Amino acid sequence: MKVDRRSFLSFILGGAAGTALSPLPWKLTDDFSIWSQNWPWTPVPQKGEISYVNSACTLCPGGCGISVKKVDERVIKIEGLKGHPVNDGGLCILGLAGAQLLYGATRIQTPIKKVNGRWQKLSWKEAITELAARLKELRAKGSAHTVACVAGSDRGTVPELFSRFLAVYGSPNFFRTPSIWDSYELALYLTQGTRSMAGFDIENADFILSFGSGLIEGWGSPGYMFRAKGLLRKNGGRMDQIESRLSKTAAKSDHWIAINPGTEGALALGLAYVIIKEGLYNQNFIDQYTTGFSDRKKRVIDGFPPEIVSKMTGISTGTIVALAKDFARARKPLAICGQGQGHLPGNLQEFLAVHTLNALVGNINQPGGVWAVPEPDYIDWPELEMDGVASEGLQQTRIDGAGSYRYPNARYLLHRLPQVVNASDESPVQVLFVVDANPVYSLQDTASVKKAFEKIPFVVSFSSYMNETTALADLVLPNHVFLERYEDVPVAYGFPKPIIGLARPAIEPLYNTRYVGDVVIQLAKELGHAIGAAFPWADYATCLEETLSDNWDTLVEEGYVVDAEFNGTDLADAFETDSAKFEFNNNEIRTLAGYNPVKAEGDEASYPLLLVPYDTMRLASGYVGSPPFLVKALEDTILTGSQVLVEVNPATAKQLGLSEGKTANLTTPKGAARVKVHLSNGIMPGVVAIPRGLGHTAYDKFLAGKGVNYNQLSSPVEDPASGHDAAWGIRAKLSRA
Amino acid sequence: MENAKKFGMVIDLDKCTGCGACMVACMAENNIPFRADNTDKMLSISWMHVYKLNNRKLFPDYEECYLPRPCQHCEGHGGHSPCVSVCPATATDYDMDTGIVSQIYPRCFGCRYCMAACPYHVRQFNWWDPLWPDGMEKMLNPSVSVRMRGVVEKCSFCIQRYQQAKDRAYMEGRREIAEDEYQTACTQACPAGAIVFGDLNNPEHAVHQLAQPDPARHGHSKNPRAFRLLERLGTNTKIYYLSSREWVRKAGDNYLEGEFKSKAHS
Repeated sequence: MKVDRRSFLSFILGGAAGTALSPLPWKLTDDFSIWSQNWPWTPVPQKGEISYVNSACTLCPGGCGISVKKVDERVIKIEGLKGHPVNDGGLCILGLAGAQLLYGATRIQTPIKKVNGRWQKLSWKEAITELAARLKELRAKGSAHTVACVAGSDRGTVPELFSRFLAVYGSPNFFRTPSIWDSYELALYLTQGTRSMAGFDIENADFILSFGSGLIEGWGSPGYMFRAKGLLRKNGGRMDQIESRLSKTAAKSDHWIAINPGTEGALALGLAYVIIKEGLYNQNFIDQYTTGFSDRKKRVIDGFPPEIVSKMTGISTGTIVALAKDFARARKPLAICGQGQGHLPGNLQEFLAVHTLNALVGNINQPGGVWAVPEPDYIDWPELEMDGVASEGLQQTRIDGAGSYRYPNARYLLHRLPQVVNASDESPVQVLFVVDANPVYSLQDTASVKKAFEKIPFVVSFSSYMNETTALADLVLPNHVFLERYEDVPVAYGFPKPIIGLARPAIEPLYNTRYVGDVVIQLAKELGHAIGAAFPWADYATCLEETLSDNWDTLVEEGYVVDAEFNGTDLADAFETDSAKFEFNNNEIRTLAGYNPVKAEGDEASYPLLLVPYDTMRLASGYVGSPPFLVKALEDTILTGSQVLVEVNPATAKQLGLSEGKTANLTTPKGAARVKVHLSNGIMPGVVAIPRGLGHTAYDKFLAGKGVNYNQLSSPVEDPASGHDAAWGIRAKLSRA
Repeated sequence: MENAKKFGMVIDLDKCTGCGACMVACMAENNIPFRADNTDKMLSISWMHVYKLNNRKLFPDYEECYLPRPCQHCEGHGGHSPCVSVCPATATDYDMDTGIVSQIYPRCFGCRYCMAACPYHVRQFNWWDPLWPDGMEKMLNPSVSVRMRGVVEKCSFCIQRYQQAKDRAYMEGRREIAEDEYQTACTQACPAGAIVFGDLNNPEHAVHQLAQPDPARHGHSKNPRAFRLLERLGTNTKIYYLSSREWVRKAGDNYLEGEFKSKAHS
């Protein structure tokens, strides 16, 4: 057959038409897509028996109850525990994503140590022996006091085991990471004489006046605050938010009152002026249960008339007067303070001013008021037997100076640790334990903190994750994560009733990790003598069960023990001051530096704007890094690609020649960063807001390298009254990139 | 149909705090994949998404409101949901027994007509293979299948929970399930208690009492605080929103400036 052009084309076209009309191409396309959709890396979840383990969440000090859903021996989901006094079934976004922390990629699977800058695995026995040898050597040299510990809390068995270890070893240098609770505890102590925790009966109040507290953004126990805020609303209560930015809390309040950042205390004093001047205070409470009112009255009347306060805060006198009247005339008014989620202690005089407002209206230890919740007292361990070295070590002043002549009221001043270490020739800390904390990320002025951590010869991290602090450690002794361990939960911050929770393992530990408590006990036994004798328990499990003996059965059964009847101590017995009354003024308060707004660092000419950090529930900014679900749920007005957006008022942006989405350089006296601009009418002109919880250098690709860490741009400012870190922001400059 | 259920939701925007717990509870319940960069929200899959609305005013009169948006499970008129009507593969269907708009992944061939038809952006396409970091596939929920690349997915009202509740009831010799036996993951998780879920046809359910649907007006609510999204499209959705603020209720209809005089939303 002759193949000419015509027959060739007919063959090709006819073939094509024929194939197209046959089912072949469609069948092949379909088969191909089905085949490619079944590529083996698309996982098929395995079926199994479904079960639930009731436990407590320890990702923050909120004390929520959780119900862990399992399929065979896999944790598939975490849900809120119904009927729990704190959260009653609801749960925050971080708790809900908690299973991702169990299976996260940056978990440390076995003890490791750094040798010439590289990680090397070692056995638990080797690790503990090595650490014990180092500690023995230091102690023999008489340097016991150079061992320090940074912990996320000072309550509960794990922190108490550490402080006990340090004490019997011979060091006073136990640190708790800073938070607003430092200031709240101190304000309660100074005015009421009790070492107690502030609890807030929000659900029974009828007017919440919040001085910048992120009530529904992680302030206190998020599980409780969300629920309580809902109940406040249901009961017809009102909430006013005083803040320079329209936070979610402000957006969900009845009134948002924008204030010059850092002047919240002045407003509280201005409100007190109006309440006193107009005679709106609770005469009965003032007469019966307080002393020092006339001193306080004089200070307020002399210093804080509405005209002056208006100038400081930027709020009109009319608003100040109206707000004060509304507050004082409410049936159950309650003032709260502490910025955002409360990561920084803040200005002590501001806390005293706000606490005083509650005293003026007589809403202390009353339904709908602020309650002094007694510290948990279940830890009742045998008295320590100190040897000579220990007694001598404990005589040394603390490295941070807390409790010394200069800072008589402060208990922990962790923000001073990097300054002291960097200022010394030889590091005053030779060995540092870090447990449930990530100070390299969470302390302000990252560069200086890093420098200090590099200077400390031996840092031991007990973290389950390779976070920023652990990356700089020399030895890592990984703890079980919260779903794999027993732990007492001694407190739910801000919750008005005494409560103890018990976290229980939902599954067997996945890796070669170990209870921190066990490590401390084993370390003590390795050191022997008085130190070993101070830890009479075989292991942490025994220690925990014996410590909680009275409550153990209830805790195992219910998951918590709550004093539901507690309604604030009766006023007649509530105050442990010399006068047995609430003291507006006393010798200790008199010696404190008076109220002055804390100034942001930096000069106004070079840095015309104010940079303030803000908190969002969708980012974990404590010692836990955000799991992938949180970053996924983040708004595109906070993060785009790997760039963070800062909020700027359109008027300010216009002056700077910036528009929505434009890249800009953000500069502060401490550092610079590239950011994007997000225009928002929910922020005061002249203020720039940046979210906390981004800019991680550690963790996995779902979190690392996204955005900027605010702490890198800021630095601590010492509160003249307490010595705590009172910084609320820093001066900044924003320019087109 | 007799005894037909019509599952729906009431979301109280006065209570919603915009925390995002519903989004994450949904992701964990329904095996929703995530990627290293999820910031392009047009490409990122999230069955539940919390939007931020504002009153378009300047500082300091500016206000914000947060609006969680699951699939609206449109009934349209007689089950003609916008997406169901356009699907050439019958991969999505309106169930007259429950009022749930389903999505059958193995039938879907990824033409994305439904995405174009959906007025609410609830439908999302799997552009990539769903991959989990090593070890994290352990937390996948076996009651929900993992979707493959190339198909569209959306909120199912956690239908697996309905099936499980029905099975349990059946085992116990019951034919009806109680209100609290079937609740979606987002409803259960909301720490502010803003979401209420149940059968809109059942006058004893909280959703019915809050939404007060008027059968004569295609489910339009008799509650003056309530509105539905883009109600004028006639989609007859089953998600009712409550707000005491007028500008929020108006924003639900994506109105144009000056469009409403005083007649609407009275």
